[in-house]
Amino acid sequence: MFRFIVRRLLQLIPALFGLSILLFIWLHKLPGGPESAILGERGTPEMRAAIRENLGLDEPILVQYGRFMKRMIQLDLGTSIATKREVTTEFLERFPGTVELALTAMIIAIALGIPLGYLAARRRGRFLDHVSVAGSLVGVCVPVFFLAYVLKAIFAENLHLFPSSGRQDPTIDATRVTNFFVLDGLLTREWDAAADALWHLVLPGLALASIPLAIIVRITRASVLEVLGEDYIRTAEAKGLTERMVRNRHVLRNAMLPVSTTIGLLTGSLLSGAVLTETVFAFSGIGAFIADSINQRDYPVLMGFIMIIAVIFVLVNLIVDLSYSLIDPRVRVR
Amino acid sequence: MTITERARRKAEKLDRLGELSAARDDERGVSLWQEAFRRLRRNPAAIVGAVILGVFLVVAIVGPFFVPYSPTDTMGIREGLVKSGQGIIPGSSGDHWLGFDHQGRDEFSRLVVGARQTLLVGVVSTLIGLAVGALIGGVAGAAAGLGGRWGRWVDGVLMRVVDMMLALPSLLLAVSIAALLGAGLDTVMIAVGMVSVPVFARLLRGSMIAQSGSDYVLAAASLGVRRSKIALSHVLPNSLAPVIVQATLTLATAIIEAAALSFLGLGNPDTAVPEWGVMLADAQPYLGIRPALAIYPAVAIIITALGFTLLGEAMREALDPKLRK
Amino acid sequence: MALLEVEELSVTFRQRGKRTVRAVDGVSFSVDAGEVVGLVGESGCGKSVTSLAIMGLLPRGAGVTVEGRADLDGTNLLRVDRRTMRDIRGRDVAMIFQDPLSSLNPVVPIGRQVTEVLARHRGLTGDAARREAAELLDRVGIPDPTRRLREYPHQLSGGMRQRALIAIAVACRPRLLIADEPTTALDVTIQAQILELLKDLVRDSGTALIMITHDLGVVAGMCDTVNVLYAGRVVETARRRPLFAEPRHPYTVGLLGSIPRLDSSRGERLSPIPGSVRDVLPWADGCAFAPRCSRRTAACVGEPPALVLTHTERTYRCVNPVAPGEARPGAAAQGPAPATTTAGAATDGSPAGEAATTVPPAPREEESA
Repeated sequence: MFRFIVRRLLQLIPALFGLSILLFIWLHKLPGGPESAILGERGTPEMRAAIRENLGLDEPILVQYGRFMKRMIQLDLGTSIATKREVTTEFLERFPGTVELALTAMIIAIALGIPLGYLAARRRGRFLDHVSVAGSLVGVCVPVFFLAYVLKAIFAENLHLFPSSGRQDPTIDATRVTNFFVLDGLLTREWDAAADALWHLVLPGLALASIPLAIIVRITRASVLEVLGEDYIRTAEAKGLTERMVRNRHVLRNAMLPVSTTIGLLTGSLLSGAVLTETVFAFSGIGAFIADSINQRDYPVLMGFIMIIAVIFVLVNLIVDLSYSLIDPRVRVR
Repeated sequence: MTITERARRKAEKLDRLGELSAARDDERGVSLWQEAFRRLRRNPAAIVGAVILGVFLVVAIVGPFFVPYSPTDTMGIREGLVKSGQGIIPGSSGDHWLGFDHQGRDEFSRLVVGARQTLLVGVVSTLIGLAVGALIGGVAGAAAGLGGRWGRWVDGVLMRVVDMMLALPSLLLAVSIAALLGAGLDTVMIAVGMVSVPVFARLLRGSMIAQSGSDYVLAAASLGVRRSKIALSHVLPNSLAPVIVQATLTLATAIIEAAALSFLGLGNPDTAVPEWGVMLADAQPYLGIRPALAIYPAVAIIITALGFTLLGEAMREALDPKLRK
Repeated sequence: MALLEVEELSVTFRQRGKRTVRAVDGVSFSVDAGEVVGLVGESGCGKSVTSLAIMGLLPRGAGVTVEGRADLDGTNLLRVDRRTMRDIRGRDVAMIFQDPLSSLNPVVPIGRQVTEVLARHRGLTGDAARREAAELLDRVGIPDPTRRLREYPHQLSGGMRQRALIAIAVACRPRLLIADEPTTALDVTIQAQILELLKDLVRDSGTALIMITHDLGVVAGMCDTVNVLYAGRVVETARRRPLFAEPRHPYTVGLLGSIPRLDSSRGERLSPIPGSVRDVLPWADGCAFAPRCSRRTAACVGEPPALVLTHTERTYRCVNPVAPGEARPGAAAQGPAPATTTAGAATDGSPAGEAATTVPPAPREEESA
């Protein structure tokens, strides 16, 4: 187990190294540069050169890369060109919003998807099954941003049931501790702030949940169907166990194996859905910020954010693999 | 009925019995694909998917020749019918079945012509993803199959890179590529294609590893069949089925991803050729005035994606050996 | 009165787009308390479906019809409601399955799989359940039971797994045990040990056993009464010795003839039954075995053969039966080449002599840890 973790982390190093080189070359090949973003159309060639020199962009790319790596090793991601703030600060400020949104979506998708998938499998070929299969097929075909707009138009703008944008009502003066707004509200006992932050999460969370929900329903259904046909389920039935015992201990435990892998792999698509949802609901997370950074050629922000996201994703998948070996004793991590 | 008569009938019954069981033996000779196709034809979901795609293909190919108006003619504004700035965008009428878009162009014509562009983006980007993904997955799979310290290492690192391509949220990846290449149709296709690279890579690698460990490959190797021949005549065809299924499903996501790129302002800037994703994105500012402008292309995208998904899922089912019989 | 009385049991599978299959077609047999009854036949003859029907384990719902009766002490198992059936299963009737690996839940420790049935039917929990489970494992010959309780199925050898399944089945001292090909998936040496274990358990506890098998060696070694099934119907019923000595139904004769024997001369060939189980005639149209039968006459086709009762507790279903003494009497008298080490003598041997032969096998370590 320990050796497995160490090996996976060691594999991460060459991969991260490769990724950083690719990213670096790519970023510096981008037409234009931060000076254009800063100066716009007005800048004279001298002003442009001054800015480039100031940012160290006039040096050979190898030197620049070496400087970047040196800072990376010291875990220093540099300063944003656009906002003049530390990349780490920007990240810590915006990432919690995206995490809150992604978690909300995941909780919705799991809480609805697993029971629905299980019931569909149990009532195979009946009404509920047909509805959830059809629903999950349509679910993956609806563009997330369109769904987000539809939800916003119906529930926020017409029915006024939910707020239409942002993470917190501006009239609420909440204390910030972790930048996870809901958590902050709970920590500081500002219940109304927590409730309001939750309220803001509902619509974007639902929109973002649509695709994971559809996928989880389908995987759960298929996986439960497969498990129901296994011999050990027949054994469990032959023991005269109650339906609940059979379901919890025998069916669901085995059926959850493929579902947990899928959930791990959904992290990536969840983040890209977040970019779209955050845009529609003007929800300040990293999604919109990254899009802006590309337009402004904010190299440090892009390098830093993408590296952090890559590491997080690899870690999430490592945790999924490890949890797999906890659920299934046959899987020995090597 | 005489006794001999009865005996003769019984004999006939017995003969027919023999014929029946002989006929059943012949049936087993059908190939994997024929069998899969037969099962596909019986699946109503596959039929629905195929019909949707059939209509879509016909519209995409011949539709542009039969549209009532040019999709780029801003006649609505010219004739003073459309004043987007003042929130006036007329809906369907006798001449214009689906009304005008915000620039006074005939919505129906744009929708029909847009089908071709949407199909093009979907197909080309899927092919790009398939080609690059198959290359990476093939190398990793072959390395893993070769084994040894180096084989495992190459496979491990390639897979971590693929993991990271999955990590970069697909849209971010697409956005980055779009920014790198500058806006354009080919950009959209490359960007959307790259997103599906890791999926194809993982699929082919997994499938190759599974196949090369299977008993029939061992059996062929033990009979002295050359490795290259095993790879070509056994491993490849068996690894191909899931790739084809995935390609069908990817066509659906490609269309949706392209729409998302357009939504973020990175779509095809050439407005002469309408595309559903661009139309949907362009309609966003007018949602309050005329939501139908967004709903038409959105529904077209959803239905088309559904067609690919239905057919892909049905193919997956038809090819699944566990479900066969 | 018999413990279990199965009468005219029929199971029909109806699937959309496919032809209706009558997997079991009027099976009748009975099991006395403490008796070992064999259900013998080729694969596809309906023996497993019969057992699943008795256990109420056939898929419920559309397409599956179960008719007839299966009275356990006067309770018709085919008609009780689901909840009652769950109480009966595992407590009064238990079952052992063919493939011990796939029949055990791979992600739950062995101990848990034993204790859950104790908790369900005997109300044992916690330490009491664990102690009882360890005792059960010990009784079925699993060495070091407390350690095994914590292990998972994949850490046990095939024989150990089957022993664990048997422990689960006998945990609540059921009155009837159904064993569906319990040794098919095992090595020959392990097969013998498992059969020996089953025999001991049945004798010690007075449990009746239905032994489902295609292996006449198993039948010869264990069963008091044998029912031969063909195409979903019992074609011959007899006590063990008379069946082997004087098979009357041509199918029984065929089964006996297709077993290789050590004492046959070198030149003698095996006589397999021609054709396959798929070549059946529907019983309504005559004898299902007729298409493969060498003794077929005109009378075999047309209407189903009636059950013939003889004076010696034997019934068969054939219009042209093999005369007593006609079918290789020498072969039949001793039973076929035993697949079990103690086949012939076992059931009739003295209990004292047998007890000595049942030594739990040495623990097998090669698959553990």
